[in-house]
Amino acid sequence: MKIPLSRIAHTRSGDKGDLSNIGVIAYKQEYYPILLREVTADRVKAHFGDLVNGRVERFELPNLGALNFLLYEALDGGGTISLRTDAQGKTHGAALLSLEIEVGEDEL
Amino acid sequence: MIRIANGQGFWGDWLEAPVRLVEQGPLDYLMLDYLAEVTMSILQKQKAADPALGYARDFPPLIGRIAKRIRERHIRVLANAGGVNAIACAKEVLRLAPDIKVAVVLGDDILPALDALLAAGHEMRNMDTGAPLSTIRDRIQSANAYLGAFPIAEALATGADVIITGRCTDSALALAPMIHEFGWGPADHDLLAAGTVAGHIIECGAQCTGGNCQVDWQTIPELANIGFPIVEMEPDGSFAVTKHLGTGGRINTAVVKEQLLYEIGDPCRYVMADCIADFTTIRLFDDGPDRVRCTGVRGEPAPSTLKLSMSYHYGWKAIGALVFTWPQALEKAKTADRIVRSHLDQLGLRFEKIHTEYFGVNACLGTAAPPVADPPEVELRIGVRGEDRKAVDRFTRELIPLVLNGPPGATGYGEGRPKVREIVAYWPALIPREAIHPRVEVVE
Repeated sequence: MKIPLSRIAHTRSGDKGDLSNIGVIAYKQEYYPILLREVTADRVKAHFGDLVNGRVERFELPNLGALNFLLYEALDGGGTISLRTDAQGKTHGAALLSLEIEVGEDEL
Repeated sequence: MIRIANGQGFWGDWLEAPVRLVEQGPLDYLMLDYLAEVTMSILQKQKAADPALGYARDFPPLIGRIAKRIRERHIRVLANAGGVNAIACAKEVLRLAPDIKVAVVLGDDILPALDALLAAGHEMRNMDTGAPLSTIRDRIQSANAYLGAFPIAEALATGADVIITGRCTDSALALAPMIHEFGWGPADHDLLAAGTVAGHIIECGAQCTGGNCQVDWQTIPELANIGFPIVEMEPDGSFAVTKHLGTGGRINTAVVKEQLLYEIGDPCRYVMADCIADFTTIRLFDDGPDRVRCTGVRGEPAPSTLKLSMSYHYGWKAIGALVFTWPQALEKAKTADRIVRSHLDQLGLRFEKIHTEYFGVNACLGTAAPPVADPPEVELRIGVRGEDRKAVDRFTRELIPLVLNGPPGATGYGEGRPKVREIVAYWPALIPREAIHPRVEVVE
């Protein structure tokens, strides 16, 4: 079945120059394999559409049941240069919560 | 065990937080982080206008408020409030709190030495774009190295009550007391990494005690009295994150994980001046109410380079807004946007970027925003940036006329036309460690 990412994970995001990073954390350790399978760099890139001009890179933190995503060219120049309301990617984490993922009923 | 608290996650954070930290429970060290990436350029400008300025002006009055308490309780304060004028900051502290002993850490400000460093062959290329510093040399407004914890620990060894630094890594302010108390050395990579992780968890203040936390946020107790974070560090590098009893907020592993992942890159290589910490080695455990234990942190030796934080004049920008209401609020806002862009075009004005957002529809979340059918109100937000200040200034005249000349029902222009602001941009770079010479002074 399809569920939003918000059912199994929470997020926090921030900035480094023109790059935003999103930490995605499974609510339970048993959800971590779902994150690994469903929340790929390509799907994150597609989810953000024209908000993110560059590539998306994914890192794994199995010890925390978490993934870290780096979104390049994601902040219209970043910090002081950006003309966006959210020049520092503070809301990118929340934006990712609506990502639709596919899970088996036995996985929840 | 030593207790290190953070009472300020950035310059402008809650003014009462450090006062409450020293009053509401036991503490050995209080760290305060005042410097964001481009703060230094603002401080350089203030110093150019008045040689007695150039530091975080919130800091000396704070020490005035808590001086008696920290003397009685033997709490020592570490702050990067010095900005580009740590000695002036120290003198103002001494004026307001004459009984306090103050030491400063200097050597981070390389603006005066910049040409010599370039001449010596240091290219200081932009870490993001690869461009050499020489391409923007004449526009540089500030240049500082991120110092590590060892010079700060040296300042603690002078016996000073208050240590003031300029630019240093945020986590170094937390790591320095551990080095000072436990005798950790530069080769103790795992211990330095543990201290760095502890510093990273608390460096954004209440963001690890329930602030900006998604998990059950509606049930987090008393955000209005949120407790700021305290690390209880053991000599073996294991530590707990907690807060004073009776304060609001929440600390559990979920909350701490959010902060651990905040503003990091490759988690295996969290590169700081004192070590490289591996976040994939961190073990977290809930250890009672509002208390998380952390063990197992591993690290690698410090890099041979230090990071530089420079700022330079980039151009000018202005952002203006108009509000349109139901019905067809979004359609009205889009029509107004087309009119503004047509006017800019007719005037022959050129910008590096014209950016439009429909606030209430897609400003923050873009295409990830859930669709809204005929929203009750939409704020049209248009921003421009470019090198030509006059063009940006001319843009600021183009929004308010639409109240009479554009689609019906525009409002929300009460603040007048938008302000033209200078864009001071950030230039991250690396430099060999040997090129930077930190030093400590006790200020009388």
